[in-house]
Amino acid sequence: MERQNIVVRFCGDSGDGMQLTGGLFSSLSAILGNEISTLPDFPAEIRAPQGTLGGVSSLQVNVGHGVYTPGDKADVLVAMNAAALKVCALGSKFNHAGATFTEQDALIKRDAVVIVDTDALTDKDLEKALYKTDNPFTELGLPESVQVVPVALTTLTKESLKDSGMDNKAVLKSRNMFALGLVCWLFDRPIDKAIHFLEGKFAKKPALIAPNVKVLTDGYNYGNNLALSVNQIRVQSTDRSTDRIQKGAYTSIAGNKATAWGLIAAAEKAGKRLFLGSYPITPATDIMHELAGRKDMNVMVVQAEDEIAGVCTAIGASFAGDLACTSTSGPGLSLKSEGIGLAVMAELPLVVIDVQRGGPSTGLPTKTEQTDLLQALYGRNGECPVVVLAASTPANCFEYAYEACKIALENMTPVILMTDTYLANGSGLWRIPALSELPEIKPQGVPEELKGKYNPALRDENGVRYMAIPGMEGFQYRNMGLERDAEKGSISTNPENHEKMILARQAKVDQVADRIPEAEVWGNTESDTLLVGFGSTEGHLKAAAKELNCALLQLNYICPLQRNVGDILRNYERVIVCELNSGQLAAYLRAQVPEVTLLQYNRMTAQPFQVEEIVEYVNNL
Amino acid sequence: MTAQDYKSDQYVRFCPGCGDHAICAALQKAMAEIGVPPHQIAVISGIGCSSRMPHYLNTYGFNTIHGRGGAVATGVKTSHPELSVWQMSGDGDCLAIGGNHFIHEIRRNVDLNICMFNNRIYGLTKGQYSPTSPKGFVSKSSPFGTVERPFIPAELVLGARGTFFARTLDVDMPTTVDCMKQAHAHKGASVIECLVNCVIFNNGTHAWIADREQRAEHSIVLKHGEKMIFGANKDKGLAVDIDPQTFVPRIVVVAADDPRVLVHDAKQQDPTLHRLLALMGQERFTDVSDQQSAVSDLPVALGVIRDLETETYDEAVNRQISEVREHSKAKTFDELTQTLERWEM
Repeated sequence: MERQNIVVRFCGDSGDGMQLTGGLFSSLSAILGNEISTLPDFPAEIRAPQGTLGGVSSLQVNVGHGVYTPGDKADVLVAMNAAALKVCALGSKFNHAGATFTEQDALIKRDAVVIVDTDALTDKDLEKALYKTDNPFTELGLPESVQVVPVALTTLTKESLKDSGMDNKAVLKSRNMFALGLVCWLFDRPIDKAIHFLEGKFAKKPALIAPNVKVLTDGYNYGNNLALSVNQIRVQSTDRSTDRIQKGAYTSIAGNKATAWGLIAAAEKAGKRLFLGSYPITPATDIMHELAGRKDMNVMVVQAEDEIAGVCTAIGASFAGDLACTSTSGPGLSLKSEGIGLAVMAELPLVVIDVQRGGPSTGLPTKTEQTDLLQALYGRNGECPVVVLAASTPANCFEYAYEACKIALENMTPVILMTDTYLANGSGLWRIPALSELPEIKPQGVPEELKGKYNPALRDENGVRYMAIPGMEGFQYRNMGLERDAEKGSISTNPENHEKMILARQAKVDQVADRIPEAEVWGNTESDTLLVGFGSTEGHLKAAAKELNCALLQLNYICPLQRNVGDILRNYERVIVCELNSGQLAAYLRAQVPEVTLLQYNRMTAQPFQVEEIVEYVNNL
Repeated sequence: MTAQDYKSDQYVRFCPGCGDHAICAALQKAMAEIGVPPHQIAVISGIGCSSRMPHYLNTYGFNTIHGRGGAVATGVKTSHPELSVWQMSGDGDCLAIGGNHFIHEIRRNVDLNICMFNNRIYGLTKGQYSPTSPKGFVSKSSPFGTVERPFIPAELVLGARGTFFARTLDVDMPTTVDCMKQAHAHKGASVIECLVNCVIFNNGTHAWIADREQRAEHSIVLKHGEKMIFGANKDKGLAVDIDPQTFVPRIVVVAADDPRVLVHDAKQQDPTLHRLLALMGQERFTDVSDQQSAVSDLPVALGVIRDLETETYDEAVNRQISEVREHSKAKTFDELTQTLERWEM
């Protein structure tokens, strides 16, 4: 059987290594020429009670070509225990006792293949997962078209490793490799490539290579030899003749890592040292982890005492001449508000990365949402404009992190880059650029002839203030959060001056629109319907637009908007703003382009869109 | 360099008679004597009367937001350790809203010179009690007397494992200048508690030691390597006494020629004695009602009480980066991307 693309979901207990297994399969698929898009989903607890519904961790990946999203529902489900089977077969909202399969809410397709570890379906396992009977498949009401493949994963893994000398706990931990081997067989992945890949992954723990390779191979052979009653599935490789995939070197990258690397590239291009002041917060912490490990790139990371110190140490480093960044999520962005206001007033370059999660307050720390948009735009005291960008795929987190640095350094302004859990933890294909291909970055400096005459109110022809850096002789100045005199740069409480300065700071942000590319409409531009989104919903909205044969405007530049956004919105009869919030982008666009009537499609489930739901909504309008 | 080279063109707007004038003048004098040129100095402050200081200095300056001067200064010094970085703060800015940054800059031992102006009052917001106001202190926000227990800044600094603590008085210019010069020489977080008078809202708060007639009897200026002798006639000395019942050590006043008179060792690693010295006379400033009863005859310690050298945060972070870079194969972005698992498409 050959398919254009296929969605696989690996699920198990949060200690079963499902993120690793899914990640390995995704990378392996990418190396073999597939496009990939992954969606990890895990509980906030590091180790929820074992075997319970709350402890299920899963990773879904869509592999093949023409891949825009991780897929709404899985074609293949690998379930390591009874709880995972229930949660993923029925959908997380129907995980109570007595729940049964409904096509609408299930996370698997009607004709899915479900591989399940039969050793993990004991009475005790079923009880923990709130089953009422001892026959989980019947109880769940799975349709006959779902093909269940029972495999005694635990027994087979034990058998595979019986001569390894490993203890029982370590053996059980290798179950995921047996499952991975089996899935490799199912998708006809060459086992030698998988082994080679695994060896690379465990290069730092050589003792683990042999047993993992053994289990992986046995899993593969199990599928091969026993001729499971399922057909192997061949997934089409990326079509290289189309322009979807640009020729070049590729890797699979997660959004947070791509963000971190975008900052590294920008610092080198700008000739600046990269400084990150940050405080651990889910789901942004991986950015700090990545940068803390990049001392080889001369990156300085201060793990601050709190979110406020994260932004304030960065402001200090910026004042002293570094490319300064701080990374956080919604609650941290709230705490950083006053600091960001200081950077606006002091007119210092600063990059703030907000990896959005479910809110408000602590909310849903490991889930995804787009609910910080208005906070990013307006969440500060006073008239306090900043540039706001949003990345839209895991890979283009690199591009927009780079762009955020470029805009900040060239325009002396804080830039807030929005990503979210979905982008941060999800992975996609990234074409690895050479530094020389990336746009020039020319940080704002100060003309030498201002020596002895410099003050921080002096601006260039674009309204961007000149920047002197401590250590430069003859340019000493005092920066501050107090209002400054528009000519002399010293403290001023003059009423007319205050208004003038507010307008000057706004104009500086507005003129950024002259330095960014125009917006492009995707899909069928002849259609009368335009979907509008921002950030991480790009994949889902593209898939929906394709199915609806309509147009899509996906915004990466939120503030300022690209110059042609108003014209685009005015050009369509029906404009539907789709967001994972209650309508924040719609509210913003209504203020910017008041003459256009905007329809809205909003979800607030702290999960990515479901393409089919969007299509249905638009068709029923 | 003269003090004039460190003065900015801004009109100094502290109230007439405010102790901050004296600290400002002492700082300009100390900077001139230290000799680091103005363009290699960054003075960072938060909010409050003391935090206006950067505006009056011809150095690089940054008057930031309330309480956050310590965090901003940490960013400046860590990213650019070649700069001489000073932080100007007050008892409210440093010990209330900025308390977290204060203890952490000390714990990390960032090489900063921190002048903490202690006037035991919020001046710029017009007279509320601060974290160093004594219990029972009547202010606009405590009309019936505050019921809060105050901090003793020295205890907080030592509790955060501080490596340098000095105390000085606005009216004692030589000691202030000397403390500032030693703070600069000290590598690490140097805290100078500057006892300043707020002439408007808390006039006379330090009168017990600030009054010219009483100062010699009520305070002692500690100097490393010198005997602890004080009094108008230099006839009193300090010694340690162990309570035979509780074994608790305490400082006692003895005759100046008593062989037990201590020699000040600011470099001593163990903070026990530094703490006892720093706490002398502090009961006068912690509880209004105890002014008469609990008062000992111990003088308030001024000068550099603790001065210990250990690796600073900024040194350690930068050293780690150099070490890693020395041994790493990839030093540029293009070299870094070569280390990725990559394939051609």
